[in-house]
Parts: sequence; C-alpha cells; structure tokens
Amino acid sequence: MAKEKYLDDISEIKELMNRSSRFISLSGLSGIMAGIYALVGAYYANNIIKNIEIESGFKRFVIAFNSAEKFLLIAVLVIVFAAGTCIVLTYKKSKRNGLKIWDVSSKKMLTNFLIPLVSGGIFCFAMFWNDVYEYIASTTLIFYGLACLNASKYTLGDVRYLGITIIVIGLISSFYIGYGLYFWALGFGLCHILYGTIMHFKYDRKRTKN
Amino acid sequence: MSIIININKLFDHRIRLGIMSILMVNESVDFNTLKELLDVTDGNLASHTKTLEKSNYIVVEKSFIGRKPNTKYKATRSGKAAFKKHIEALENLIKKQN
Repeated sequence: MAKEKYLDDISEIKELMNRSSRFISLSGLSGIMAGIYALVGAYYANNIIKNIEIESGFKRFVIAFNSAEKFLLIAVLVIVFAAGTCIVLTYKKSKRNGLKIWDVSSKKMLTNFLIPLVSGGIFCFAMFWNDVYEYIASTTLIFYGLACLNASKYTLGDVRYLGITIIVIGLISSFYIGYGLYFWALGFGLCHILYGTIMHFKYDRKRTKN
Repeated sequence: MSIIININKLFDHRIRLGIMSILMVNESVDFNTLKELLDVTDGNLASHTKTLEKSNYIVVEKSFIGRKPNTKYKATRSGKAAFKKHIEALENLIKKQN
C-alpha cells in the first residue's frame, strides 16, 4: 500500500508539472479543421490561377500582380476560419477538462507562437510592398513552422514535429518558385490534418473515455 | 534500506509536493496561480509555503502591482536538489518493490 502512495505521488508530480507549464487543452480536431480550410482555400486559389492562365496565356508567378487582392482575401478567410475554429474547440476542450483557457500556460504559448509569426508576417508584407512575390510562400511556411516550434515548449509536444515538418517543406519550396500553392496545400493543409489526427487520437479520445 | 533515508519528510505531503512540482518547471509562480493549480484555501497554502520557506527550499518575493500586493514564489537551488533526490528515492522504491 505504501507503493501505491508513491505511485500516486509520482503521477501527481507529473500532472502538476505539465498543467502548470504547458497548455494541454489545445484541440487536435482544430488542427484537422485548419488543414481542411487550407485545402479549400488552395483549391479556390488554384482555380483563379487556371482561369488567368487560360485568359492571358501567362504562366504562374507573373499572375500575382493583377489578382493579388483575391489571393489575399482567400488567405485572410482561411486564417480567420482556422483561428476561430481553434479558439472555439480549444475552449470546449478546456471546459470539459475543467481547466482555464486563459492562464499562465496559454499566455506563454501564445506569446511564443506570435513572436516568430508576426515577424514573418511583417517580412512578407515587406516583400509584398516591394513587389517581390517569389518567396512569399516559402517565407510564410518557414516562419509558421518556427512559430510552432517555439510554442511547442509550452504545449503538447507534437506541435514541435509539426513545426519542423513545415519548416522543411518551406525550405524545399524556396527552390521551386512558382509552385508555392502546392507547397502551401501540403504544409498548411495536409500537415495540419496529419498532426491534428495524431493529436486527436493521442489526447482527445483518451480524455473523453476517462 | 538506505533508500528510505532519501525520502524527504517535508515533501511527504500532497500540497507541499504540489508546490515543489510547480516551482520545478516554472521560474516563479504567484500565490493565486498556486492556489488555483492546487485547489486549496489561502490559509492552507500559506502555512505550507511557510514550511518550505523555513527550510530554504523556496524563496518569497513580495511586490506591488499597482496597489495590489503580489507574492511570488521561487524554488531555491537547494530546494530543487532536494526535490530531485526525493523523486529519485520514490522511483527507486517503486522499482524495488516491483
């Protein structure tokens, strides 16, 4: 019976260490949804590109000039939907587990996520400003990956591998200018779905069973 | 039975064990956060932090945020070392009995 008390102690230590330093309510399902939004967005963007190609006969990266606003709108919509779903599902999950959504660990996670992300956003805006469109796709991927990597110290460990995967995809895409959309679909779409599914089965399903 | 000696009596209590666990992985934690995480009353928490403070396992930093007093706790180097020893002892005991 003494042994049982020690086992309890150890699991209590682990639980408190995790709960006080990591934000564990991040929902896996929201990752899957973000991936689906990204794929839908990529599908529409691809349609726009195709239409322009047929109309003008120009090839991929020339197009960015006259349809930049449309692409921007799609990107903004995808981000708004993905972030919105993430907040709602994460809020639900934290409520189900009886945890707060806005506490020390979620604040830490968010600030560490936003620092690389905002830097990357400003950098992309500068490229937009200077009419340099070629590297925007790879830059968004690389900075988003870095943001995930940075935030992973304060949330579920799987986010770290999501970050690394997206950084690698971003780096590869910088060698294939003009195919940014496909790399976006791969990084923001498929990777989110893949890691979201892993996280969903690893944490969410288990939690609801208990 | 030399392992038993490493079991620290001070950590052999749920709340004190909890306080140390939290302070091991966070640079500093304020009173209210500790209270929330451990789900204890003010008086209860205060008496246990005092015990740990007396043994020099944690330090208290009192300051003001605006007009509100803010109390922060940090684990000392010796506190962290003692807690690590305690965890090792627990693990050894579990292994021995398996």
